[in-house]
Amino acid sequence: MLQKGIIRSILEHDKGGKILITLLLVAAVIVPVLNLLLPETSPFHLSAYNVTLWGKYLCYGLLALAVDLVWGYLGILSLGHGAFFALGGYVMGMHLMREIGSRGVYGHPLLPDFMVFLNWGELPWFWYGFDNFFFTFFMIFVVPGILAFIFGWFAFRSRVTGVYLSIITQAMTYALMLAFFRNEMGFGGNNGLTDFKDILGFSLQEDTTRSALFALSAIALIVGYLICRYITQSRAGRVATAIRDAESRVRFLGYRVEHFKLFIFVVSACLAGLAGALYVPQVGIINPSEFSPINSIEIVVWVAIGGRGTLYGAVLGAILVNYFKTWLTTAAPEIWLYFLGAIFVGVTLYFPKGLVGLLHKMKKNQKVNIAKGEAKP
Amino acid sequence: MCRTIFSLLVGLLIFSTAAHADELDTLLQELHSKSFSIKANVVDKLGELDDPQVINILQHMLEGELYYTKKDNVTVFAIKEKSLYSLFNARTQEPMGQVKKREIKKISVNNSLRRQLRATIANLSLFNKDPQKRLQAAEELLKNFDPEQEENIRKALEKETNSDVRDVLQSIKATIDLNSNEKSTRLAAIEYLGESLSQETINQLNGLMAKDSNGEFLEKDKEIRQAAEKAIARIESKRVWYGQVENLFFGISLGSVLLLAAIGLAITFGVMGVINMAHGEMMMLGAYTTYVIQQAFPGLLEVSLIIAIPAAFIIAGLFGIAIERTVIRHLYGRPLETLLATFGISLILQQLVRSVFSPLNRAVSTPEWMSGSWQINDALSITYSRVYIVIFSLLVLAGLMLFMKRTFFGLQMRAVTQNRPMASSMGINTGWVDAMTFGLGSGIAGIAGVALSQLTNVGPNLGQAYIVDSFMVVVFGGVGNLWGTLVGAMSLGIINKFMEPFTGSVLAKILVLIFIILFIQKRPRGLFALKGRSVED
Repeated sequence: MLQKGIIRSILEHDKGGKILITLLLVAAVIVPVLNLLLPETSPFHLSAYNVTLWGKYLCYGLLALAVDLVWGYLGILSLGHGAFFALGGYVMGMHLMREIGSRGVYGHPLLPDFMVFLNWGELPWFWYGFDNFFFTFFMIFVVPGILAFIFGWFAFRSRVTGVYLSIITQAMTYALMLAFFRNEMGFGGNNGLTDFKDILGFSLQEDTTRSALFALSAIALIVGYLICRYITQSRAGRVATAIRDAESRVRFLGYRVEHFKLFIFVVSACLAGLAGALYVPQVGIINPSEFSPINSIEIVVWVAIGGRGTLYGAVLGAILVNYFKTWLTTAAPEIWLYFLGAIFVGVTLYFPKGLVGLLHKMKKNQKVNIAKGEAKP
Repeated sequence: MCRTIFSLLVGLLIFSTAAHADELDTLLQELHSKSFSIKANVVDKLGELDDPQVINILQHMLEGELYYTKKDNVTVFAIKEKSLYSLFNARTQEPMGQVKKREIKKISVNNSLRRQLRATIANLSLFNKDPQKRLQAAEELLKNFDPEQEENIRKALEKETNSDVRDVLQSIKATIDLNSNEKSTRLAAIEYLGESLSQETINQLNGLMAKDSNGEFLEKDKEIRQAAEKAIARIESKRVWYGQVENLFFGISLGSVLLLAAIGLAITFGVMGVINMAHGEMMMLGAYTTYVIQQAFPGLLEVSLIIAIPAAFIIAGLFGIAIERTVIRHLYGRPLETLLATFGISLILQQLVRSVFSPLNRAVSTPEWMSGSWQINDALSITYSRVYIVIFSLLVLAGLMLFMKRTFFGLQMRAVTQNRPMASSMGINTGWVDAMTFGLGSGIAGIAGVALSQLTNVGPNLGQAYIVDSFMVVVFGGVGNLWGTLVGAMSLGIINKFMEPFTGSVLAKILVLIFIILFIQKRPRGLFALKGRSVED
C-alpha cells in the first residue's frame, strides 16, 4: 500500500508518464503471451525476432531517459552517454562469456575463445568474479557509475560547462573506443564479446528467455522512469532545474552546484549502464563501435525529437526514431542518413521542444487528445 | 738522342695497346666456348684487363645480349627489334645491320656465371671515371661482399679521391679487416665501424659477440669483444639520437596536419563561437575536390594539387556560406542546438558523398615532386610529402593571420566578433560578415582537405577521423587565438609522437585525449586564454 502511495505521488500531474507506464505494463504481459502462447500460424503471433527488436527499443528508451535526465533537467549535453551504455553492456558481456564455460570453440574451461586465440595463459584479474551473476549485477551499476563519478568530479569541480563539457564527453567516449579496439585491453578487441550461450542457465536462443528479457526491459524502463521522475520532482530535482536555467545564481544562493550535478550525472550513468546490460543479451554482441561518438550523438537526437525535459518524450523519441531506423535501413538504406540529418536540422530549427512540445501546442489549439500520440509505441 | 728515345717510347706504347687489344680479341673468341668453366675463366681474365670496354661487354653479357655471328665468329651485341636483331660490333660499337635469329649464336650464362659477372662489373666500376658509378659499385659491394676482391678494394681506396666513395670503401675495408689475423688491424676496423650509423654495421659487429651452442663465445679474444661491444653502444646511442630527431620531425608533421585541420575551426569555433560539427565534412569536400580535379584533368597530375587548393577553398567556402545562411544564422546564441544541427548537416554531407562517389575510398595520386624521401644519413630520412605539409600549413596560418590583421574585411570580422551591436551601428553589415567568416573557415577546412588527400584515404569518413582532434587542438590552444592553435597543434603532435615508441600509437592517442580532458579541467579556456571583456560568456 505504502509503495503504491509513493508511486502515485511520483506520478502526480504526469499524464504522459502514467500512459507510458500503463502501456509498458501491458506490453510486458501481452508481448510474451502473443509470442509464447499463440501458435505460429495465428495472425496475432509475434515472432521472436520482433520480441527482441522491441526489447532493444525499450533498452534504447531507458538510455534516452538517462540522457534526458542530465540534458533536460541539468542542462548538460552529454555526447558520451554511449560510453556508459557500452560499459554496462561489456559488464554483461563478460558475465555471458564466463557462462559459456568450456562450450567455446576451443573448449577451454576458463578462458573465453578470444583469449585462447590470442594465446593468453590465464584470465586477467579484472575478469574474475564475473562468473557470479550477483557480482555482475552489482558491477553493471558500479562500472559506469565510477567512470561518471571520476569524470564528473573533475569536470564539475573545475566548472567546465556548456559546449566544452560536451566536447570532452565526446573525447571520453572516443578515447574509450580506441582503447577497447586494442586486443591488449582484454575485451576481445575489434570483435568484442559474442557467441553467448545462456544467461542464468536459460538458453538465449529460447523464445521464453527472449520474452523474459523483453519483460525485464519493460520493467527496467518503468523503474528507471519512476526513479528519474522521483529525482526531478524532489527538491534536489528543482535545484537541478535551477542550475540548468541559471547556474551562477544557484551557486550564489549557496548551493553546491557540483554536488547536485555529480549526483544526477552518476545516476544517469548507472541507468545507461543498466540499459546496456539488458541490450547485450538481446542482440547477442557487444563491440567497441558502441563507444563511437556518433552513437552518443544519436541518443541526443532521440531525446531532442521526443521532447527534451519531459522524460516520457525521450522514451517516445527513442522508440520512434529506432522504429524508423529499422524500417528505413531495410527499405532504403541510402536515405537513412539523409533522414537522420534532416531531423537533426529540422527539430533544432522548427521544433525545439520536440514531438511532445508539438503535441502540447496542437492540444492547445485543437484540443487533440495527447494520448493518441502516445498510443503509437 | 732524345728523339730516338721518344719514338721508341711511342712505339712501345702503341705496341702495348695493340697487344692489349689483341688479348681482348683472343679472350672474346674464347668466350664463344660452350663450357661454362672456360667462360668463367675468361671472365676472370677480362676483369684483370685494364680496358674501359670490358665493363660494357660484361654488362651486355649479363643481360644476355652478347652474341657471336655464326659465319665469321665476330663477337657482337644483338638487340632484338621485333623479329630481327640489330647487331653492333662488341669491340668498336659499330652497327652491323640487322640479321635473323639463326645467323647468330648467344653466349649463354648460368647463375654462377651471373654472380661472377656482377661482382666483376662492380669491381671494375670501382675504377670508373664517373664518381656516381663508383659510389653505386661500392655500395653494391658493401651489400654483396666477396672476400676475393680484397686486393681490388685496397687498390681502389688508394686511388679514390671522392669522399663519399671513400667512406663506403673504408667500410668495406673495415669489414674485411674484421677477419684479419692482426689484432691491431681488427681493433682499428672495429674502431672505424663504430663511426658508422647503419643497422648492417650493428649486425656485423653483433656477429663478433655470437655464442656457440655451449654458450661459449665464438670470438675468443676478450679485448675484441669489448671493443665491439663499445662500438655497438656508440652506434646505437647515435641512432637513438637521430631517432629522436626523426620523432621530433614526425611530431611536427603530425602537428601541422592537426594545425591544418584546426585552423578552419579556429575561425568558426574560435572566432565566431559556432560549434561546427560539419567541419570535418568541409575537409572531406576539399579532399574530394582534389579527386575530381585529378579525374577531370588526368594530364595535369603534376599541378593538380595547386589547382585543387583554390577550387577546394571555393567549393567548401560556398557550402559553408550556404549552411550559415540556411541553418546556423537562426541558432546564434544557442550553442548546443548549433552543435546538433551542424551534426545533422555533417550526416547529410557524408551520405551525399556516399551516394555520388560510392562509399568506398577513392585513390588520389601523389604528384612526382611530392613523392620520395630525403636520405640524410643511414639513420635519418624524411619524406618530401611531410616536408611540404609542414611548410604548407605554416603558409596557410601566416596567410590567414595577415588576412585578419591587414585587410579591411579582417577588420570588420574582428569588429563583429568583439562587439556586434557597435559594429552594426558603425554601418557594418553583420549578417554578411557572419556568412563570409563562416565561409572563410569552411574554405580553409577545404584547403586542409587537399593536403589530407595526400596523407590518408579519401572516403566519406575522412572528416569524422579529424573532428575530435581538431576540437581538442582549438580548445587546448585557447579559443579565439590563432597562435594558441599553432602551439596547441604542434605540442599535441610532438607529445603524441614521443609517446608512441613507449606506448604504441593507439594508447598514445588515448593518453593525449586524457591529458587534454584533465587539462581543460585545470584551464577551461586553454593555453592562451583571451583576457578582458571577451572572456565573459
